[in-house]
Amino acid sequence: MDDLLREFLTETAESLDVVDVELVKLERDPNNAGILGNIFRLVHTIKGTCGFLGLPRLASLAHAGETLMGKFRDGAPVTPPAVTLILASIDRLKEILADLEANEKEPDGDDNDLIERLEEMARQVASGESGADADAAQIDADMAAIQVLERELKPGEVSLEDLERAFQEAEGPAGFDPISALEAAAAAVRADAGPTKAQATGKAQASGKAQLGEPAAPPAEAAKAETKAPLAVSSPASETGERKESTVKNQSIRVNVDALEHLMTMVSELVLTRNQLLEIARRNEESEFKVPLQRLSNVTAELQEGVMKTRMQPIGNAWQKLPRIVRDLAQDLDKKIELEMHGADTELDRQVLELIKDPLTHMVRNSADHGLEATADRIAAGKPETGRVTLSAYHEGGHIIISIADDGRGLNIAKIKEKAIRSGLASEAELDLMSDSQIHKLIFHPGFSTATQVTSVSGRGVGMDVVRTNIELIGGSVELKSAEGVGSTFTIKIPLTLAIVSALIVEAGGHRFAVPQLSVVELVRAQFNSEHRIEMIKDTPVLRLRNKLLPLIHLSRLLKLEDGSGEGAGAVNEAAGDENSFIVVSQVGSQSFGIVVDRVFHTEEIVVKPMSTMLRNITMFSGNTILGDGSVIMIIDPNGIVQAIGGDVGTHVEVHEEDAIGSADSERKVSMLLFRAGTREPKAVALSLITRLEEIDVEKIELSNGRYMVQYRGGLMPLVFIDPASKPPEQGTQPLLVFTEDGRSMGLAVDEIVDIIEDFLNIEVSADKPGVLGSAIIKERATEIVDIGYYLPQAFADWFDRGERSPNRMLPRLLLVDDSAFFRNMLTPVLKAGGYSVTTAASAKAALDLRSRGAKFDVIVSDIEMPDMNGFEFAEEVNSGGAWQNVPIIALSSYCVPEAIERGREAGFHDYVAKFDREGLILSLRQSRAEMGEAA
Amino acid sequence: MSAEEMKEEAQESATVEYVTVLIGEQLFGLPINRVQDVFMPETITQVPLSPPEIAGVLNLRGRIVTVIDMRRRLRLPRAEDAGQPMAVGIEYKGESYGLLIDQVGEVLRLPVDGLEKNPGNLDRRWAMVSGGVQRLDGRLLVVLDVDQVLEMGSEPAVAA
Repeated sequence: MDDLLREFLTETAESLDVVDVELVKLERDPNNAGILGNIFRLVHTIKGTCGFLGLPRLASLAHAGETLMGKFRDGAPVTPPAVTLILASIDRLKEILADLEANEKEPDGDDNDLIERLEEMARQVASGESGADADAAQIDADMAAIQVLERELKPGEVSLEDLERAFQEAEGPAGFDPISALEAAAAAVRADAGPTKAQATGKAQASGKAQLGEPAAPPAEAAKAETKAPLAVSSPASETGERKESTVKNQSIRVNVDALEHLMTMVSELVLTRNQLLEIARRNEESEFKVPLQRLSNVTAELQEGVMKTRMQPIGNAWQKLPRIVRDLAQDLDKKIELEMHGADTELDRQVLELIKDPLTHMVRNSADHGLEATADRIAAGKPETGRVTLSAYHEGGHIIISIADDGRGLNIAKIKEKAIRSGLASEAELDLMSDSQIHKLIFHPGFSTATQVTSVSGRGVGMDVVRTNIELIGGSVELKSAEGVGSTFTIKIPLTLAIVSALIVEAGGHRFAVPQLSVVELVRAQFNSEHRIEMIKDTPVLRLRNKLLPLIHLSRLLKLEDGSGEGAGAVNEAAGDENSFIVVSQVGSQSFGIVVDRVFHTEEIVVKPMSTMLRNITMFSGNTILGDGSVIMIIDPNGIVQAIGGDVGTHVEVHEEDAIGSADSERKVSMLLFRAGTREPKAVALSLITRLEEIDVEKIELSNGRYMVQYRGGLMPLVFIDPASKPPEQGTQPLLVFTEDGRSMGLAVDEIVDIIEDFLNIEVSADKPGVLGSAIIKERATEIVDIGYYLPQAFADWFDRGERSPNRMLPRLLLVDDSAFFRNMLTPVLKAGGYSVTTAASAKAALDLRSRGAKFDVIVSDIEMPDMNGFEFAEEVNSGGAWQNVPIIALSSYCVPEAIERGREAGFHDYVAKFDREGLILSLRQSRAEMGEAA
Repeated sequence: MSAEEMKEEAQESATVEYVTVLIGEQLFGLPINRVQDVFMPETITQVPLSPPEIAGVLNLRGRIVTVIDMRRRLRLPRAEDAGQPMAVGIEYKGESYGLLIDQVGEVLRLPVDGLEKNPGNLDRRWAMVSGGVQRLDGRLLVVLDVDQVLEMGSEPAVAA
């Protein structure tokens, strides 16, 4: 393409974008002559250049638009229909430009439709001018008053008018002479310098005036002059502003993106080479290279930073089109919408910028369309008429945080529920158990759109799930907060750059790999004798981590790095090898899993390089990189691994923190262990209840006092059979589900462990059969859900025959109230270890139910932030009377600010402990019990 | 321009320069304009799950190069005495590749009209990557069609 044409295209596209933004501003602020002047000039330039380059279609359309704007400048009122029309013309200009870019010539056709409407509009506004004049006069008077204070600007104004006249004269309607137009433009720039200088120093004032050959007019006269060209009044001010800006622009040059990318690559390589050199220098203690190398290292670091900076762009670039979009939306939906933007100059990598542009636009659209109420509804709700969408961006750590907030109606929980039920995302019962924020999150599910009517604006099948996917694709996350009637806020967190990421270097099967740090949640060392032990469920390795069963995948097996020794032998070797392996706990979306690796080295900043096309179909890798020692390694793609796990395990093993049944815990999907025992029908038990899965040699089973026992972990563990008539097999092994409570273990002997499934379970509770909680359909088969609570006492009652009847009686009884299943699961073992018999309640209401049923406790630990009834209210209720009046209550909260602590004391809490302070909690419990002991 | 020079010019236009390489026992020729460089591959990183023809990737002066094992590509047995292999650097569709070969020979200038079509009974796998055969004194040189060598995905699935 012709250089001139390319330059023209880039520049014109930029100008049009500015015009877009400015027009929307003008519509809101029709009397701002500065904005109008700016628009006028931009369109004028476009027209001029088009004529110069021989692009008649563009030129004539631009001309018609300019004529209409000329009328505004002459004082005609700026009306929304007129602005809409001009915006439409600008869209057409853009279309033509796009075509021009593709084909290097103007497309056929004409724009008479638009031109006629523009001319018609120009006539209309001109005829309506008399009415506008009165307004204008008023404005003039106002402005004249201001003008008196800014007298030094006047020479500029007048001369600018002259120049504008020169502009008008220079353009013939048909044969446009570009040279004179350009000359005129040049003159305008030169003349602009006048007022700037004049403004700069008081002394220069006179000379400025003299230069321009205009005598200083007395204020009155100036006011008069302004009456003639009312809206041009403050244009010099904006001119000067503009000029300063253009000086800034002159200090930057356009650089081809490819050139930048290349530079980036070269710098990356320089960094790698430097790392290699440093490595060598480290080995040679007494190297004379040390000092210069250090210098090289510093320079390289600075260079890298500098080049990274060139890739950075203000996020405002991605926002540029938003005012126009919101404006059009406001028109289409007949709403009043104000778009506020903060932190537009926050910079981020241009690659990231490109990738978030569309999701952002979609979210702003959503906020304006679905988020904000119709004007009438807003007034009815007692809100300001104008809805507000606030977009802000700022840096935090290595991330950029972007939030999109609206003061609209907030998410409608009822609607989401209804939709979720209709689309089969969740059942009503499940929804009832979900917290509001969990329900909110449903909108990120594929195929979810809350708008009952699909409007032309949003809801075109691109849902929030796509937005989330796109953001997650670049290692970001999106969160949502919403309050009904108050508004919603979406918060997006994305890394600043994609080119360099921090990665964990691991080894598996003798190969090294990089795992992006972003997807690593934690590292666990698996050891045979520690609690972090890799266990097998059939052929599926799992790890019990803080009461969760985490599906594991051996990286070496996944990547087929093992040599194909026999299956059985391999498993044995693997179990032995697992003894000292590491587990990289990762999370993708809501799915957690562990990647088993042989060794973990260190973290390193790596430069991500794309895989060669030939290897790109391997989904396990997202790219490759060169390490500091010069070797090439593959970068693991956690998304690919998740997919592989899905395929490998057969069923979708997704582990959630909340998966216990038999209590109010079943808020979401439940992980169940399927097994067979006694009968052929499958049985199931919640995975989270199981401490361990064991397979023991039958020979180790002893019969003592009519009970089956096995030596387990230095003690005797009773075995319980689901069917009391069952016996251990004659030989071979006996699979066991080990349950541990209060430090005592019981083994539930089963025939066969079948599978782990994870699903929304609809458990029908029936209590006719002892030991069975109810039944559920799992994998299309009716499955009995086993009540572990029934079998535990069977073991323990016998076990503690001569001791206390219930082991719990001696232990202080503790009630834990927390709406988060995660915390309940996390704290229960802590508290048990602290010597308490723990009962949990998922809400304050559930706790009070326990009270009304006559449950007794020695101490209560309660969360503060809970839905419906919060911890303060709960404490007040407990202390106000009833059976628990004298039971000490300890508050657990993530907000440990003095005010909250004070509030807690008022409500009757004995102590206030931070949620993550386990030791503090145990200490506080001890103290409060000691106090109670004294009191008693 | 002298007559001699013109003659030389005419001759030049009718010849092609080949970088000759040895894979197995066979002599191959790569058009010199396709060859970026010849290097000794050091520490090749294997790529798990990759097709068997791909020996791995390596770092060549800061670029990641995908290395193709030409013996495997041509279904030849593994080299018995594993001497230091050599690699020919090739650029294809903006990416860097290295063809792993046994030995690099001299550069030969051969007349264009000496190029003969592939014999009809040539191994199908070879025929696909061969751009014809040049007859030399006492031996044959198979001209490698570099694009075809690297166009592995489009081939019928033979790697099993």
